Amino acid sequence: MSIVAARVDDRLVHGQVVIGWGRPLQIGRIVLVDSEVAASPFEQDLYRMAVPAGIEIEFLSGHGAGHRVSELADSTERVLVLTGTVAGMIGLARETPATIRSINLGGIHDGPARREYLRYVYLTDAELTELRALAATGVHITAQDVPTASPVALEVLAA
Amino acid sequence: MSPPLHGVVVCHGEVAGSLIGAAEEISGIRGALTPVSNAGCDRGQLEARIVAALAERPAVVFVDMPSGSCLFAAMRRVSAMPDAAVVTGVNLAMLLDFLFHRDLAAPEAAARAVETATRAIGVRP
Repeated sequence: MSIVAARVDDRLVHGQVVIGWGRPLQIGRIVLVDSEVAASPFEQDLYRMAVPAGIEIEFLSGHGAGHRVSELADSTERVLVLTGTVAGMIGLARETPATIRSINLGGIHDGPARREYLRYVYLTDAELTELRALAATGVHITAQDVPTASPVALEVLAA
Repeated sequence: MSPPLHGVVVCHGEVAGSLIGAAEEISGIRGALTPVSNAGCDRGQLEARIVAALAERPAVVFVDMPSGSCLFAAMRRVSAMPDAAVVTGVNLAMLLDFLFHRDLAAPEAAARAVETATRAIGVRP
């Protein structure tokens, strides 16, 4: 299986992703699933700037992303799948139940109706409910901003 | 005559505030630079911080890294502004030069700041 990480991070492609995770996991490809970025050449150019040589990046809209992610899961590349929202990752995980088996909550910041669970994880009640439902299907969900931090399991996070 | 340029310094963590504090202490010029931190915010919130710091003034936006969340947020907001420019790799020498050349147009002030910053980097005997 070549999907080595599936991360939710509302800053999308940034230092923690490219350097923090990209190097230790030896990522060869980042797949950013975000409809807004997928529709904007300007945004894509910005995110390409963040990716060092040796890492490919591709942009998918939410619709139909599951097919491509499943295809990549069968490739030899080491792939990091990234969404900016919890809903985006849950949708992708439900679309590809055999592919997305673990989810990393990496950066979900404060906003309307969000509650702090960790310094870098704020969730709405609806998001938490959806994550719990997904976890109940066997998907392993943890929060961890960088590899050197200890992962916090969803059931501990929201105990 | 155009108003003098404002400087907005966008960095990870507390870097911007510290750089500005040092620049103000050395130059004696206060209020010409505004710090913006990316701490604890998502993309939209960071862009909102930058917009508030710009306050519709002609400006140069100084960013710490040549890619990443700070640069992306700055580029999104500044790319459509003719009287603003974005510079990456901010350092103290760059900010000091900018403080004394705020009468230039933003692209000229930005280019000049980059030259100064580049000259400040080196291995000394």
